[in-house]
Amino acid sequence: MTAYLLKRRTTLAGYALAAPLLFAVAPAAMSDFRLEQLARYLCFAIVAVGISLAWGRGGMLVLGQGLFFGLGGYAMAMHMKLADAGAGNLPDFMLLYGSTDELPWWWEPFRSPAVALAAVVLLPMALAAAIGYAVFRRRVRGAYFAILSQALAAAFAILLIGQQATTGGTNGLTNFGGFFGFSLHDPVNRRMVYFIIAGTLLALMLLTRQLFLSRYGELLVAVRDSEERVRFLGYDPALVKLGAYTLSAGMAGLAGALFVPAVGIISPALVGIVPSIQFVIGAAIGGRASVAGAVLGAVAVAWAQTTLSEEFPAGWTYFQGGLFVVVVAFLPGGLASLWHLATRRRRSRAGETGRVVAAA
Amino acid sequence: MTVILTQAFTGVSIGAVLLLIALGLSLTFGQMGVINMAHGEFIMAGAYTVYMLQGPIHSAGFSLLVALPVAFAVAGAMGVLLEWLLIRRLYTRPLDTLLVTWGVSLMLQQLARDLFGAPNVHTEAPDWLSGRVTLIGGDDPLTLAHARLFILGLALAAVVALTLTLRLTPLGRRIRAVVQHRDLAEASGIPTARVDRVTFLIGSGLAGLAGVALTLVGPIGPTMGTNVIIDAFLVVVVGGIGQLKGAVIAAFALGVLQSVLEYSTTVSVARVVVLVAIVAFLQWRPQGIHTVRTRSLA
Repeated sequence: MTAYLLKRRTTLAGYALAAPLLFAVAPAAMSDFRLEQLARYLCFAIVAVGISLAWGRGGMLVLGQGLFFGLGGYAMAMHMKLADAGAGNLPDFMLLYGSTDELPWWWEPFRSPAVALAAVVLLPMALAAAIGYAVFRRRVRGAYFAILSQALAAAFAILLIGQQATTGGTNGLTNFGGFFGFSLHDPVNRRMVYFIIAGTLLALMLLTRQLFLSRYGELLVAVRDSEERVRFLGYDPALVKLGAYTLSAGMAGLAGALFVPAVGIISPALVGIVPSIQFVIGAAIGGRASVAGAVLGAVAVAWAQTTLSEEFPAGWTYFQGGLFVVVVAFLPGGLASLWHLATRRRRSRAGETGRVVAAA
Repeated sequence: MTVILTQAFTGVSIGAVLLLIALGLSLTFGQMGVINMAHGEFIMAGAYTVYMLQGPIHSAGFSLLVALPVAFAVAGAMGVLLEWLLIRRLYTRPLDTLLVTWGVSLMLQQLARDLFGAPNVHTEAPDWLSGRVTLIGGDDPLTLAHARLFILGLALAAVVALTLTLRLTPLGRRIRAVVQHRDLAEASGIPTARVDRVTFLIGSGLAGLAGVALTLVGPIGPTMGTNVIIDAFLVVVVGGIGQLKGAVIAAFALGVLQSVLEYSTTVSVARVVVLVAIVAFLQWRPQGIHTVRTRSLA
């Protein structure tokens, strides 16, 4: 029991430390440019929270989070494009390509800010629920599920590229002027976007952590470790998995939506196979089963990618691939499990037998 | 009438490419349960083998024929190295194998970029593959490209050779024994670790062959592996694991479906519809076309 309280206290201390770092130190110490980069990394971290829920605790290797990230991102970008264009006008890129005279029907609802905000979360969640229900009910799992989810992300990217007249094609949607009435050319408003992202990330981390500690969290781990046994106990594993998968899709959608005002673009290059696997890489290196591990891993990998790939583009790819291979093959719990190993050793040396939550 | 025949043949030739890229996987994934995302990069290695051989060997036709065994050896050697270094440690963790081999595939792509440059490279197609056979003449002719026929022939030859190897040779018997019951095979004196390695060698070598074939129909570049790997896995998933028969049926079925849909819609819509069809199909038969009955709960 003391071990549990101790763990609880260190986690709370971690959040107490992270909040002022994100909200006060970073905005004060960083230039506008660096802060925008940090905002980008934090968007990836929000996706990683969902991955640690679905994959780390639920055992579903979600290789297609780019699909949901893209859905959220495009929903937000469509609204911002329409708001920039003003009532009755077409978005600028449609005039540029000149292939449509009127707005496609599926663009129309995104004029309303309320619909767009709802769609950002509900669209990915609805799609994930439909896919998940179909797939989990028929007990498609493991590698089959991973490949299927990856194929869906690939198909979405192909579809976006193919429909250039209405989606912007390879270039995606870019050049945004305002975000719900606030001009994005104003640095103060761009800082606001950063604060929204940081706040969302912390809130989702706390929520997911609470979910891990709940009975549902226990059930999810049980399904991951032995689906058949849970089924024999009278639960429906498909529903348990569906919940985690749908939530992780919603988080990815929200991250995509926040990414658009922060970075100013959403394009097929951000939703296909490669970005989808990048999301997983961060979570895997940091530690898939722990929220903080996944988040720190995602931020670190994204940061290293920007910084190192500027100077050594080739070397970075080898390093990232190599680190990923070594961590997954020999340290499946990610770097976060080093922390658990260290605390366990210290405790066993002190002769105490504390229950250590193993990072599987 | 000709339109239907043309679409059918286009479908069959797409199916032949799918079959070639998926055949090696149906061995390593289907039989051994190893998810090798670097399979696409083995295909790439096969394609670059053709490119490299066209330097010293000037005749395009001869270099293509030489490339077949060389590409098999190159990709096979890469496969054995990967199996020995990483995969054999991960046989009990299939999902981690997927991720690890994806990391390897990242590094191999970068290696290709460093060795051959990021832009696509070109190879010469031999003269005897550049023509077309006319089946039906007249105003609305039905013609088949030689290159497509060559790929179809290569795919069928590879299937036959692989089937015969698995059915008739002592090696094939050992491979099947290990797949069906690893512990019992080991108890009967079969060196399972060595059999695993040979299986992986054959599977990866087949990827090399597919790479040679792909030089005839598409560009050769560092990302060509990523472009085909998903399709290859989908063929194996739809085909069902454990038997080559399923993969053959799945490859041609998906090929024809794709070509018919491309004819009536666009390429991108066709891809999405095929995917939705696959998800729907897995609702009906979650274990794929060909299922091996087991007593496992899954």
